[in-house]
Amino acid sequence: MIALETTVNGRPVSLEIEPRELLLDLLRERLGLTGAKRSCDVQVCGACTVLIDGAPVSSCCTLAHEAGGRDVLTIEGLARKPEFARFEEAFVRHAGLQCGFCTPGFLLTLKALLEAGELGSEEALVHGLDGNICRCTGYRGILEAAGELAGLELA
Amino acid sequence: MTVAPETQTFSQVGKSLSRVDAGEKLRGEAQFVGDISLPHMLHGAVLRSPVAHARIASIDTSTAEALPGVACILLGRDLDDIDPHYGHAIKDRPILAVDRVRFAGEPVAAVAAEDAATAAEAARAIEVAYDELPPVLTVEDALAEDAPRLHEGPLRAGLFHGLGELREPEGNVCYRYRIDRGEIESAFDHAAIVVEGEYTFPAVYQYAMETHSVIAHVEEGTGITLWASCQHPFLVRAELADLFGVPLARVRVLVPFLGGGFGSKSYTKMEPVTVALARKAGRPVKIVNRVDESMVTTRRHGMRCWMRTAATGDGRLLGRDVRFFLDTGAYADNGPRVTATAGDAAPGPYRWAAYRVDGACVYTNTGPAGSYRAFGAAHLQWIGESQVDEVARRAGIDRLQIRRENLLVPGEELRAGGKPLDADLIGDVEQVAGALGWEEPKRPYTGRGLAVGLLAAGAHPVSSALARLESDGRVVVLVGTTEVGQGARTVFTQIAAEELGLPPERVVVQGADTRYTPYDRSTGASRSTTLAGLAVQRAAADLRAQLVEIAGGDELDPDDFPALLVRRFGFAGGELLGRGEVRPQGTGSYAEGPVFWEVCVGGAEVEVEPDTGVVRVRKLVTVADVGKAINPQLVERQDEGGALQGLGNALFEELVFADGQVANDTLLDYRVPKASDLPDEMTCVIVENGDGPGPFGAKGCGEGAQAAVPAAIVTALADAGVEVKELPLTPERVWRRIRELKEEGTWPN
Repeated sequence: MIALETTVNGRPVSLEIEPRELLLDLLRERLGLTGAKRSCDVQVCGACTVLIDGAPVSSCCTLAHEAGGRDVLTIEGLARKPEFARFEEAFVRHAGLQCGFCTPGFLLTLKALLEAGELGSEEALVHGLDGNICRCTGYRGILEAAGELAGLELA
Repeated sequence: MTVAPETQTFSQVGKSLSRVDAGEKLRGEAQFVGDISLPHMLHGAVLRSPVAHARIASIDTSTAEALPGVACILLGRDLDDIDPHYGHAIKDRPILAVDRVRFAGEPVAAVAAEDAATAAEAARAIEVAYDELPPVLTVEDALAEDAPRLHEGPLRAGLFHGLGELREPEGNVCYRYRIDRGEIESAFDHAAIVVEGEYTFPAVYQYAMETHSVIAHVEEGTGITLWASCQHPFLVRAELADLFGVPLARVRVLVPFLGGGFGSKSYTKMEPVTVALARKAGRPVKIVNRVDESMVTTRRHGMRCWMRTAATGDGRLLGRDVRFFLDTGAYADNGPRVTATAGDAAPGPYRWAAYRVDGACVYTNTGPAGSYRAFGAAHLQWIGESQVDEVARRAGIDRLQIRRENLLVPGEELRAGGKPLDADLIGDVEQVAGALGWEEPKRPYTGRGLAVGLLAAGAHPVSSALARLESDGRVVVLVGTTEVGQGARTVFTQIAAEELGLPPERVVVQGADTRYTPYDRSTGASRSTTLAGLAVQRAAADLRAQLVEIAGGDELDPDDFPALLVRRFGFAGGELLGRGEVRPQGTGSYAEGPVFWEVCVGGAEVEVEPDTGVVRVRKLVTVADVGKAINPQLVERQDEGGALQGLGNALFEELVFADGQVANDTLLDYRVPKASDLPDEMTCVIVENGDGPGPFGAKGCGEGAQAAVPAAIVTALADAGVEVKELPLTPERVWRRIRELKEEGTWPN
């Protein structure tokens, strides 16, 4: 076992972990933060996306100890931030979700892209969200919601 | 039941109410089975066969059992106190392989341990010796005269076979569906045009992002409780009660939110093995499949098909002759129903003098195939529509015109004794042509396609609902429909609010706990708005009738509901209970059905890059012919989702088998559509003719696009000059076809 000191959603976390423990398992099984989902296990689908120091990572392929000394933001943390209301409004207005399994990953990816100023065009939006799979919606509602958040007029 | 929408004004119906579950899903609070933990819960792992067909020579669990943290190991032979076979259509499948494995991926042993990693490690430590048997890996192999039989003895009907008497199996054919109408040979004898071809359709993976997940708890007193990612909790309950020999009331199935289904969570999947393991462990057990495990839990049927179509020289369709073989894998799962539905879709909705359909459901040593969105129609529509287009080409008439002249009109018979056509297909296809710009000039290497088809929808029409009016004037609707992303709870909220004149925020829809929610047959076959929605409407109407009676002539105002309850019960408590039931008019048999014909109409414009074979979809048009759109935004989003799955199915999705194993068993190798795969333009036309059997004239949607879109893409590509008879339309396949056409001198570009 090794010691882990990290910050999750603004709160300090101090735990003994197995060296092999994945960040996704730490969040879901030990901290009860089940908003990040397990699906593909190979960093393709984006359902497990969380932010480490503001950058999106696939927590299914990230060792928990890599979060040591850094800030982890999950959907539960984002949902408590004042800016969340904008995300919620846009996704509700455009019905940018169906089953909801991929939704937290999309929101966190979007937050990172918005903050990095990487959503300047429709192409950038599609490119930025290509690492998140949604099997239900066909993406139109998600892209419309994301476009609204990025201040883009979509064709 | 049918109401012409324009004659009625609605307060809630026809409005795009925001999804009632949006907030909890966006905040990450919505619970799926994998998010639930019980006290003292163990984690399960399944050891699966690495070979396609073998006798199990020996199993040694000693190393696995010695691992710290392992609670118990379950083998097939441990289940000797029950008949361990299940299958809603054909009872052909053991919970765990007993002495023989029939596909690579078949569960052989299950382990329960204190954590998931230990369970997985223990499963790997079980040593199994296999004596391999010759496998049959394709329908051709399975149909060969000397092919090994996968299942011996007579077939045993499952609880929900639903398709008449089971016949003796013919070799590896477990079910056969035949239709023979009119004088087929005479139709072909009199034809000036005959189009004939052989076609291949791939197995695909539904990829519900939430993999199959189950938590089971078995207690002496309360019986079996499970949280399951299943679409049909009442059918799962029945199969578990049957398997484990307990009354229905001793099996409780709870379904939280489902992370997608698309048919992959229909009927019974991982529930029996989880219950069996929990029963042995004496503690709750959770099993969550990996993606590669879900791929061998269920998939879509691959198919080989031969079809010919006869027509007069001026393009009047005369006859169609179809034979197809569906690869159902090692166990039937929903194969018989898929075969029948494919058979019904095979002729296409045209005015035939004669047609003959012969469909076979064939066992092979591959993972079992079951339901996937628009099954049957997705299999046959692209083939039938390709042949209609070829007839038009040879007759020298426009492809829209041939459909105008040959499509059935409402009221015409489709299947002897079954429901006649209940949709305006010609109007629908005209809508597609308009949105596609059918007459406009095309760029080079570009083609357009139109596709029309029907899907037998609704399944068996039994649904019920309860509406509880609480003393604060709010209503709780209890209905067994599962919320799989389709928005059922939102639509039911609108229906109940409409019927009672309530604002939607005073309605709560609660679902899918077989102990407390009334019976709903299933969530699939595009049935929920139509059938469960009708039950909700009737439950709300029943409440309303009770309120009218209590009001005794006073006008009904929702703000007075609490006062009316006080009048009834004499205090600020009590509740009114409204009951809604939907049951068949006749027997509800498959032959009398379907509940409605789901419209599968769409169009596409594609551009092919001749040097690479890459097909780019420029435009997609789908028609949601829904009778009445209770929530237009959700209808449109359903159609878009189906359209994009259809696009993936048409262009690149395919399970690749090597020696019976899935060779592309990760999302790295099995590609599904991403945002960048969206067509340049996408249009969903909502058609509301009030001709559905559901509430307010509604009928179901969501599957039609998945059948229509591949057919439209295939026919558009043929219009661009590349006729392909095998899906998916991968660049390599398209490029090779273009090279062949060039060699033949028939490449038109």
